[in-house]
Amino acid sequence: MRPVNLDEIESLAIGAWILGTGGGGSPYLALLNMRQLYRGGVVCRLMDASELADDDLVAVVSNMGAPLVGQERLTDPKTMALAVQMMEEYLGRKFRAVMSLEIGGGNSIQPFMAAALMDLPVVDADCMGRAFPEAQMTSFAIHDLKMYPLTLADVRDNAVVVARAASWKWMERISRKACVEVGSIASTCKAPRTGKEVKECAILGSTTKAMTIGRAVQAARRAHRDPIDAVLEVEAGVRIFAGKIHDIARRATEGFLRGTATIEGLDDFRGHTFSLAFQNEFAVGWLDGEPRVMTPDLICVLDTVSGDAIGTETLRYGQRVTVIALPAPPILLTPKGLEHVGPRAFGYDLDFRSVFA
Amino acid sequence: MRRRIGIDVGGTNTDAVLLEEDAVSAAVKTPTTSDVTTGITRALAALVEQAPAARDAHAAMIGTTHFTNAVVQRRDLGRVAAVRIGLPSGASLPPFVDWPEDLAALVRGEVVMLEGGHEFDGRPLVPFDTRGMRAAARRIRDAGIRSVAVAAVFSPLNASCEEEAASILREECPDVAVTLSHRLGRIGLLERENAALLNACLIELARITTRAFSLALNASGITAPLYLTQNDGTVMLAEVAEQYPVYSFASGPTNSMRGAAFLSKRDEALVIDVGGTTTDIGSLRHGFPREANNVVEIGGVRTLFRMPDLLSLGLGGGTMVKTTPSFTLGPASVGYRLTEQALVFGGDVLTVTDVAVAAGLIDLGDRGRVAALPAVLVNEALARIRAMIEEGVDRMKTDAGETPLIAVGGGSFLVPARLAGVSEVLNVPHQAVANAVGAAIAQVSGEVDQIFQDLSREEAIARARRLAEDKAVAAGADRATINVVEVEDLPLAYLPGNSLRTRVRVVGEIAR
Repeated sequence: MRPVNLDEIESLAIGAWILGTGGGGSPYLALLNMRQLYRGGVVCRLMDASELADDDLVAVVSNMGAPLVGQERLTDPKTMALAVQMMEEYLGRKFRAVMSLEIGGGNSIQPFMAAALMDLPVVDADCMGRAFPEAQMTSFAIHDLKMYPLTLADVRDNAVVVARAASWKWMERISRKACVEVGSIASTCKAPRTGKEVKECAILGSTTKAMTIGRAVQAARRAHRDPIDAVLEVEAGVRIFAGKIHDIARRATEGFLRGTATIEGLDDFRGHTFSLAFQNEFAVGWLDGEPRVMTPDLICVLDTVSGDAIGTETLRYGQRVTVIALPAPPILLTPKGLEHVGPRAFGYDLDFRSVFA
Repeated sequence: MRRRIGIDVGGTNTDAVLLEEDAVSAAVKTPTTSDVTTGITRALAALVEQAPAARDAHAAMIGTTHFTNAVVQRRDLGRVAAVRIGLPSGASLPPFVDWPEDLAALVRGEVVMLEGGHEFDGRPLVPFDTRGMRAAARRIRDAGIRSVAVAAVFSPLNASCEEEAASILREECPDVAVTLSHRLGRIGLLERENAALLNACLIELARITTRAFSLALNASGITAPLYLTQNDGTVMLAEVAEQYPVYSFASGPTNSMRGAAFLSKRDEALVIDVGGTTTDIGSLRHGFPREANNVVEIGGVRTLFRMPDLLSLGLGGGTMVKTTPSFTLGPASVGYRLTEQALVFGGDVLTVTDVAVAAGLIDLGDRGRVAALPAVLVNEALARIRAMIEEGVDRMKTDAGETPLIAVGGGSFLVPARLAGVSEVLNVPHQAVANAVGAAIAQVSGEVDQIFQDLSREEAIARARRLAEDKAVAAGADRATINVVEVEDLPLAYLPGNSLRTRVRVVGEIAR
């Protein structure tokens, strides 16, 4: 277990936005909250999963809802802490630590917000290793762990406990309904995990990984080096394409932002076209009509100059972007993992082929 | 005949032009004065002398960087009360939370957070705490604060909390100026609140400055209504504009790029605007500047203003050239003191303008005073300027092909005729006063950004368009001339029903 300084949280925000693979929501407001908390004297602690006892209880937290609503109803550590405390009350047990549901985007910082108020450590882990749009797309679901109970808190002192759910899909449906009712934004504490479950089924070290990526980007900017090269170096990633956004089509279906972005090649990729399909996050990329990269490999779109991640909601015509691929956590690449998060889980009739194979 | 006067107040020069129909019939360039208005009065006097018909102009447009500079330089800013309506949400991130500390210390007066606001679908979040608002209004009055910014959660969708706050403020402290965030910004509470706070701290300066502009106009015998240009290449009537100084942010570069498009009759090109202190490079698309994608920071404050995507270089006619201890070019500039301090004007500071005169690029002042400059120095300076411009052009290009480059601004003589990556350098008549031309051709706009539910895409866009047109007409546009220039719709993931965030922007000619 070690203290985490504010600079590391700043790096985490940059790295997590890249690992968001287009989704997960911008970490900016969560980061502002952490700056406020640290200004007030808070110091968070990060622990390795190996430090957990098998019967320790770990809270898995995430902010749920529409990123756009989050831009108005600014995220508050109190609401997240409330969801965690409600779960403690419901279980009649105290948590040993808090961890993130998804390391991609703003949810990477949510456990730190709850942990700061509750004086708990944060576990260096998550259960996606990136961001994904659906509840069953987690390493816990791939391991068939149970998906209940869940607590959901709203700023107005409304709170919901989903005591049981017949499946991950049912949990998604019921909690989504409650979330919409309180304004399409809520803090949630997912099914609690034992120390043993975290050690065996979580994606370990992902918080540190996001911090490392963020630190590499910051160092490259300071040295006036290419921040994208820096990301590829620390993560053994692959540069897939570089060009200019030529067209962007979005549609909302079944509660998701789906669409396609077309990129015209520049420099080394001149004369080629790349198209990227997304469902909240980037799912599949085609080079000149041929599948080139697909989920669960991480597909990240970065601003070619600054190295900043670009979300599927902020893609705009004319942006100069670089598409990179980063390796996915091994659990997602197993046959069971691919059932949950492979191309077919997103409706693409493609056999998964990793760019790293 | 349709006559318009365009005026640009820059850091170095104040320019004025008269446009008759679509032709520039008179143009003058005078030094900016430290009080700004004297410079305008002089420019207008010179313009009327050149073209007496200027007195019969039917509109006069001024573009100014005065308010941006006030924020950047932290001067002439008023103390402001911030009223946030949205508790219990957002409590951990109060107003000013992401401001640079030095600027917040100057501007932050009272900070009030109250219950209220709305949901994305228009339901109230919680009832608005009007009693708390009344108590806050009295505290604001007692603290002697003269300007208030009000921001409520989801006010772009339902402005009733902000409106009610304004009416309570008017009752309790009738003398304060009130800025409501929904008039300024889009969805994104912190950024919209920041815009309202910046506006509120500039409002006193805007009132004084705008009235001085009006006086200068009247003193020149011009009775045309006065408009101020905004960052999107459109204008607002001065009496409206003085309530919204933030809309003038970055209007200078927008005007020069719009002027460049008009003068060169090119809609797709790069534009280089060489002023006295800085050079801006931007990209024209369909005759309008390409906008920056990123969140825009003004003086370190995060906002969502629509700004042209610009690359600024520390290069201008007044840029100082030093030879000791080693050769340096800029970024320091003599600014508006060019005509006193440059060698060719009898001063003792070696500037880029002196180098240009020595090299024969332009004939200004007393050539004899630079005759002794060593050729090696002149060549080194010219090479440095070329390298700066070529690198800047390359960074702003969106593809590797050769692009035309329109050269404008008082220092456009510094742009070499041939440049790497540029198909042709376009020099056009009146290029030195392109920004004043851009001000003169400005139109009036209206914009709407709202979430529509349970409407088809076509219905949502049609409704947004009607609302935007009404806004443009209220701002002075002739309804018959209104065109839609931008439509953007974004279906919202996670929201129920058929939720579509729709943004429509329209522009039209000024009504006569």
